[in-house]
Amino acid sequence: MKKELSKKENFLKGIIKENPVLVLLLGLCPALGVTSTAINGMGMGLATMFVLLLSNLVVSLIKNLIAPKVRIPALIVIIASFVTVVDLTMAAYLPTLHAQLGLFIPLIVVNCLVLGRAEAFASKQNISASLIDGIGMGVGFTLALTVLGAIRELLGSLSIFGIKLIDADGMIVFILAPGAFIGLGLMIALMNFLQNRAKLKTA
Amino acid sequence: MEYFLIIFSAIFVNNIVLSRFLGICPFIGVSKNTSTAVGMGGAVLFVMTLATIITYLIYTLILVPFDITYLQTVSYILVIAFLVQVVEIILKKVSPDLYRALGVFLPLITTNCAILGVAILVIQNDYNLFESVLFAVGNAAGFALAIVLFSSMRETLDELDIPEVMKGVPVALIIAGILSMAFMGFA
Repeated sequence: MKKELSKKENFLKGIIKENPVLVLLLGLCPALGVTSTAINGMGMGLATMFVLLLSNLVVSLIKNLIAPKVRIPALIVIIASFVTVVDLTMAAYLPTLHAQLGLFIPLIVVNCLVLGRAEAFASKQNISASLIDGIGMGVGFTLALTVLGAIRELLGSLSIFGIKLIDADGMIVFILAPGAFIGLGLMIALMNFLQNRAKLKTA
Repeated sequence: MEYFLIIFSAIFVNNIVLSRFLGICPFIGVSKNTSTAVGMGGAVLFVMTLATIITYLIYTLILVPFDITYLQTVSYILVIAFLVQVVEIILKKVSPDLYRALGVFLPLITTNCAILGVAILVIQNDYNLFESVLFAVGNAAGFALAIVLFSSMRETLDELDIPEVMKGVPVALIIAGILSMAFMGFA
């Protein structure tokens, strides 16, 4: 292990420096698939954060009980159980959002972000660090999805969080599939630009 | 005619990568040159067809009769992970050539959400076993088509003068967006 992160650094790294979508490039499928509106992006982000938090918690609790050989299957079962919990809960209490996110809820299981954090972080760290990591990464993921959703909604239907700003048609291509790719590409480019500039300043 | 529609729409109209956004990780990750893209396409075709048949049988023969369909996600992902391992071991013994060609891509496939996605879509769409197989083959072909097209575009990209911040993934995503616009012509 390199060095101990302070609690604050551990939390903040997930939001900017190691933002899962924009820097680590994990979880791109949901980032592209459900961000046609800001609300959908946020809903997906929160659902993933919930799974991430609980799986990080459980994995760090039982990390000493799992034999190293069956670690990955064990992690997958833990994650899949929480995903099922989220899936059924959302179907019962938020049926419209659940219908819009559709396939992407069960697919949280194969979101490389969740498995990646469980494997790379929670199975090596103590409970509180794992929880903070889960919250930080979850917030970073939710933020990236909400911003991408907001941009696409704004350009595509001239509304934000479902509130219509101008009564006209937007650039429909941003709601459709190509807009997702282009929007995310531009967001990652912006992130690179900001990081390069920060590096130049410190250098 | 109906069967033709299933295949055609899986490959072109609802292309799994460019319109359903499944399997983006390998799509971006292993598309830097055309030969690896072909390998990945082949591995996906193989595993996706097998996984869809087996998960379909598990769903109709075990989960539905015992009324435990809520275990769908958990059981599917385990079956897929298990299947990928078995395929890897069998290929190593039976066809070392094929194993060398697909080898490195097989473990990556477990976390390819396209596989789980297609297995779940088949149930959502109420397909029978034959239609499910067609749907899986069509989607895998769509994945292969998209990743091969995309990789040949990326090979040319390397020689172009691109602004520093756009290099790598950002410009690749924008190219994918343009490719996706082209595929929208089929809709």
